[in-house]
Amino acid sequence: MSGTLTGIGADGRITLAHGGGGSAMRSLIDEVFLAAFAQDPAAAQEDQARLDLNALAQQGDRLAFTTDAFVVEPLEFPGGNIGTLAVCGTVNDLAVGGATPVALSAAFVLAEGLELAVLRRVVQAMAQSAARAGVRIVTGDTKVVPRHACDGLFVTTSGIGVIRPEHSISIAAGQPGDVVMVNGTLGDHGAAILCARGDLALQAQLHSDCAPLNTLVDALLDAVPDVHCMRDATRGGVAGVLSELAEDSGVLVTIKEASLPVHPEVEGVCEILGLDPLFLANEGKLVVVVPPCHAEHALAAMRGHPLGCNAAIIGTLQASPNRRGAVHLVNEFGGTRVLTMPSGEQLPRIC
Amino acid sequence: MQFVKEFRNPHLAEALLAQINHVAQRIGCTRKRPVTVMEVCGGHTHTIFRYGLDRKLPDNIEFAHGPGCPVCVLPKGRIEDAIAIAHRPDVILATFGDAMRVPGGSGSLLQARAAGADVRMVYSPLDALALARANPERQVVFFALGFETTTPSTALTILRAHAENISNFSILCQHITIIPTLHALLEQPDFNVDGFIGPGHVSMVIGTQPYAFIAQDFKRPLVVAGFEPLDILQSLLMVMKQIEAGDARIENQYARVVASQGNLAAMAAIERVYEVRQACEWRGLGQIAGSGLQLRAEWSHFDAEKRFAMQPHHLADQEQCRCGDVLTGRIKPPQCQAFGRACSPDHPSGALMVSSEGACAAYYEYHGVGEAA
Repeated sequence: MSGTLTGIGADGRITLAHGGGGSAMRSLIDEVFLAAFAQDPAAAQEDQARLDLNALAQQGDRLAFTTDAFVVEPLEFPGGNIGTLAVCGTVNDLAVGGATPVALSAAFVLAEGLELAVLRRVVQAMAQSAARAGVRIVTGDTKVVPRHACDGLFVTTSGIGVIRPEHSISIAAGQPGDVVMVNGTLGDHGAAILCARGDLALQAQLHSDCAPLNTLVDALLDAVPDVHCMRDATRGGVAGVLSELAEDSGVLVTIKEASLPVHPEVEGVCEILGLDPLFLANEGKLVVVVPPCHAEHALAAMRGHPLGCNAAIIGTLQASPNRRGAVHLVNEFGGTRVLTMPSGEQLPRIC
Repeated sequence: MQFVKEFRNPHLAEALLAQINHVAQRIGCTRKRPVTVMEVCGGHTHTIFRYGLDRKLPDNIEFAHGPGCPVCVLPKGRIEDAIAIAHRPDVILATFGDAMRVPGGSGSLLQARAAGADVRMVYSPLDALALARANPERQVVFFALGFETTTPSTALTILRAHAENISNFSILCQHITIIPTLHALLEQPDFNVDGFIGPGHVSMVIGTQPYAFIAQDFKRPLVVAGFEPLDILQSLLMVMKQIEAGDARIENQYARVVASQGNLAAMAAIERVYEVRQACEWRGLGQIAGSGLQLRAEWSHFDAEKRFAMQPHHLADQEQCRCGDVLTGRIKPPQCQAFGRACSPDHPSGALMVSSEGACAAYYEYHGVGEAA
């Protein structure tokens, strides 16, 4: 497979030549990137993607634009790879604003020595995820850096989407009385990555939840156009989103711990390491805030979608005694604790 | 989750709380003269706050949060020792995750890593030994810390390194032992604790016999406890019943894990590899005689302090922090003037703010700032 590409030796690895502007780079772009992403080879040769404004304007009244950089170790893990993350992450950032994703860009920083086979799998995963989300990857760039300047492969994707006039979703739009829900189990991605790193020697059947959520969001917004807030809960986990919700909406968020959906194996990993699934990363999970009158309808709409079958109501918003807001967790013992965000990553406890 | 969820049953907790309440009433303790029970282990502190047990108890019973969080009692000078070793270009320093955030004098191991030191997080000393195998051209130093819970695994790792003749592996030994420290606490004239909830994981290794002096000499009851909320409540009830009866005995609530004789193989490994250090410094408590372990002369070639001819650092504790008073149960964390101001989980200046098992971090996380005990 690797033999077809200019500049790839018998060991099938990327060299600095693939970022050097010459024939090796041309070959990499044509045979790896364009082969996977380009739907119109003629258009793909230009320096920029060109999008028809009229077509976009008919879908909505605002353009959404977002960007995200992706680094992950290991590059490939159960349930996806860095490419799946790069497409789903940006699609989801668009979708949670109520935008229909239209087009993505993808910029790659490759480390010299990266196996071409790995790059091909990443690019393949990006093409598949884009197809699943119904979005096109229309422009991109590649750089190759010396072996130690980057850890294998970094990807940055940007995306644009169109927001329909009837939606005004904002993290600051939560109202006292609103209901908070999630579309499924918490912490699957974070726990899968921890186990995939292989230094835990834990035998767990964990898969990342990495998925494009735009069709789930469509189903939800079709059922309940009046969604107040929606965020995908990536780094920092659902706890991170809840903290932002409390602060930006100035509300008290009260979460019932017993109502949080957690995969038993994720719960087990967390017990062993002293971690909390609320803080673990997700790549296919939404936090949704709706008025109480629409809660059951919204829950049913999410549960009717394959990516929302474990959706659950996890809490409510109340007026906050101060403007900063707060997140309270009520446990099964009836005890309440204040949720605070750690300054960095959670670190496993010693014993 | 089997064998965990059962011990978090809220209905059983209510029943235990009701019984505890009754015993407290019969003892006649009051808010002004409460019964004070010290949970020795940081894992217990974490459970108490995680489940809000302290708030569920009547106000005539108080928890004092003891010194059994190994990360919390790491002295600043020892962190500096580890940082100094980590900055050697030939060294990979490996340690447990939560030890990496503990501030020394010049910063933490995490900050040392950002500044270029090769610091790796491991889950077991055997992972550090694997690093040594994989990097024969580097010196791999395991920053070994913890009570008897982690001491045997370091001992077995030393024996494995010896058997495999791995010469580029050593340990910076900060293993400590809880018994001398409990003894030192009990000898203080104003130590106002009526009974103990004893550490479960340490006891799994050392058994229950080493606590006998607490009952015999100091007339306090101790109940070795598991780590789930029902374990803690049941153990508290057992302590309270002893206090009511005027008893002082060592009991074992955690019999599903702890055997009274302990783990003989683990203790044999400890005995073979370590000897008692004359004195060992505890953050917040100072020097305590006989409370630390060091490698026996036979294994001293695995001792990083000797291998790198280190001069140990000695740094005073932060003056504004009253960690010692919290550790001995004299004050509650919010009564320390640094709490939530100069000292918070983002910028810990005192040891007890560092780990989620530290009393101050637990107060901060679960009670919020500005809320008195």
